[in-house]
Amino acid sequence: MIYTASPIAIALFVFFVLIVLGLSSYFARQATSSGGFYAAGGTIHWAVNGIAFAGDYLSAASFLGICGMIATVGYDGFLYSIGYLAGWVVALFVVAEPLKRLGKYTFADALDAKFNSKGIQLMAAISALVVSICYLIPQMVGAGALVTPLLGLPHWLGVVIVGGIVIFIVATAGMTSTTYVQFLKGGLLIIFSTILVFMVLNKGLMKTPDEKYHKFQTISVAAMKDGKIAEISDKSYSVITQTEVDGLQFVKLTKDNIPTWWKLTTKDGNNKLEETLSYVITADGKTLYNGEAKEKKKFYSVGHMQKIIMDGKEVEKTGKLSVFSFFSVIENSTVIRFTKKIFFLGKDKVTLWYQNPTAGTRLMRPGVKFKIDKGATFMDKLNFISLMLALFFGTAALPHVLIRYYTVPSQRCARKSTIVAIGAIGFFYILTLYMGFGAMVGGVLDVQSSNMSAPLLAKSFGTILFAIISAIAFATVLGTVSGLIVAASGAVAHDIMDQFLGMEMSDAQKVRYGKISAFIVGILAIILGILFKGMNVSFLVGWAFAVAASANLPAILMLLFWKKTTAPGITASIFVGMIAALGIILTGPDMFAGPYGLTRADAFHPLGQPGIISIPLAFITLVIVSLMTQKGKAVESSEAQA
Amino acid sequence: MQHGPAVKLGVDHAAEKKTKIGLFCFIFYCIVYSGFVIINTLSPTTMSMQTFFGLNLAVLYGFGLIILAIVMGLIYNIICTNIEDSMNKDAEATEGQEPEGGAE
Repeated sequence: MIYTASPIAIALFVFFVLIVLGLSSYFARQATSSGGFYAAGGTIHWAVNGIAFAGDYLSAASFLGICGMIATVGYDGFLYSIGYLAGWVVALFVVAEPLKRLGKYTFADALDAKFNSKGIQLMAAISALVVSICYLIPQMVGAGALVTPLLGLPHWLGVVIVGGIVIFIVATAGMTSTTYVQFLKGGLLIIFSTILVFMVLNKGLMKTPDEKYHKFQTISVAAMKDGKIAEISDKSYSVITQTEVDGLQFVKLTKDNIPTWWKLTTKDGNNKLEETLSYVITADGKTLYNGEAKEKKKFYSVGHMQKIIMDGKEVEKTGKLSVFSFFSVIENSTVIRFTKKIFFLGKDKVTLWYQNPTAGTRLMRPGVKFKIDKGATFMDKLNFISLMLALFFGTAALPHVLIRYYTVPSQRCARKSTIVAIGAIGFFYILTLYMGFGAMVGGVLDVQSSNMSAPLLAKSFGTILFAIISAIAFATVLGTVSGLIVAASGAVAHDIMDQFLGMEMSDAQKVRYGKISAFIVGILAIILGILFKGMNVSFLVGWAFAVAASANLPAILMLLFWKKTTAPGITASIFVGMIAALGIILTGPDMFAGPYGLTRADAFHPLGQPGIISIPLAFITLVIVSLMTQKGKAVESSEAQA
Repeated sequence: MQHGPAVKLGVDHAAEKKTKIGLFCFIFYCIVYSGFVIINTLSPTTMSMQTFFGLNLAVLYGFGLIILAIVMGLIYNIICTNIEDSMNKDAEATEGQEPEGGAE
């Protein structure tokens, strides 16, 4: 899509960034000790920590990724909301309080609380680092994607700006400022998302989202010969060529020397051409948006309803809808989605998005993205179960979530802040279904980047709301990246340098090395954020969850609840879980079809989501190795330790 | 070594009981969550079934899982707080130990 930077959006963005930097400077003086830097001195109020949890958790993947996925594939995107939230149940009921009792600054401390094992220290630190970096990449990619429409800057510059600001935040004040940034952002995100959903319901649904929405043309085919178009009814167009892609017929027409692409459809024996959106890179390197230069702004935002059924009758628009009727109307109606096809015509690379009428019943249940419906194979279903498993068990094992338990003064506060987080996050995730479907039919979708669906939905209600939502989304990235960098720097400076290598350091030196680590991790995040441009944000976050669930959670759970757990058992479990999860992902079909530029069939195996293999494998490894290495090193019991 | 809590914590005499309640809640939620995954995997079309307020089973079950987590969390907190207050107060009276959970 073609974006124009808005002065209000820029002003609000600068305002937010200044608030964030001001908070960091204000709290900088509290970060003079390692306790202050990594755990905010354990002084954060539980309610503030709870909303900060929500701020940490509602990252680019949630606000940008989930809303975008729902906007393009419907209910399947909401599965992430359900899985991400359900994961908090594990955190609350199983992990929160025991972890608070055992740990100091990082979750490696908790795992190693009774063993003083070099193996645990190293493996837990590496695992925290790997998971944090897996989580950092999509945040940085999201930052770049956000800055382009907001400020009109290129992707790489967006990543550098985010990285620079975050390094400043973390390196000056550590966990305290990170917490307050997250609190501010988490609260604002929920408030303004609620306002946005209220506006969506108030507006209702309509076939033409607004008067500026592009009216997609249809041309009748007057005559066909041997499956090819011989004549069309609109003589102002000339037929240039016709090509078949995956069983679909696409036709290139010209009018006034402007080439456009159309899809040939046949209904009741009548042939017609439907307008598509096209993006063509020509052999001589030119890029054409619907046949014209970018500046002509002919590449439209899309997404509308073809047929609206309300109370059993077809209507043009519904008027105001309730929180229930919004979904029932969509379910009974038909939505026009835009489906992507890429092919080569000679040396021209053609990417087009054609209109794909989809029944609401199909969109309001799983199956559009995840193949679990008719025709699904055993492996397709296994992939789905594996994803739901990783989402459920991943949350309670994410290092940047776990470290937040050390910022509150007591176990009771750890529990209460988790409940505040569940309430806030759960409420937000319910809103994602409204925002996602609102964007799907609101004529706001950018076919080139689903990540911008929620901010663009806000834009349809006015520039100010767009500016506020975009600024909050940017702060979302800033806050989450800050928390991740604190977690990663803790893994390097505290777990590896201090604990594993046993380097003699004063408290001030620990803070200094923590800040240096934050700087290095921040630079690494900037580089990776630029390299991974264009990769799906949710796809990358899925990695982080799978690796965390496989490497960390079996170790945490067994340490807490199995008396025979030993240090070698934990070390081996983290190692096997992490390697198995990464190995399955890197050799799986999603990597081959995506970053490797090959096909899914080239992959070593058909499993895209590793959790169903790697999580049980980590548990089994821990049990076997622990049983083999008893020798009186068993943990008495989690509760006896406390 | 510098392991141990970030702040000084008192003795929590209610820890064992809270752990058992937490595990019970966790298993209960696991069963409900598994039901969602199983229906989606084995019979995805069942999710289109109409339920209350014009919502299909997919939306109702999805919202239900989120709301259930919030409600269970609140109930769990009330139970745990009561247990902490009663067990730690008793222990404080008999042993003179500093109880956990007071600072908020």
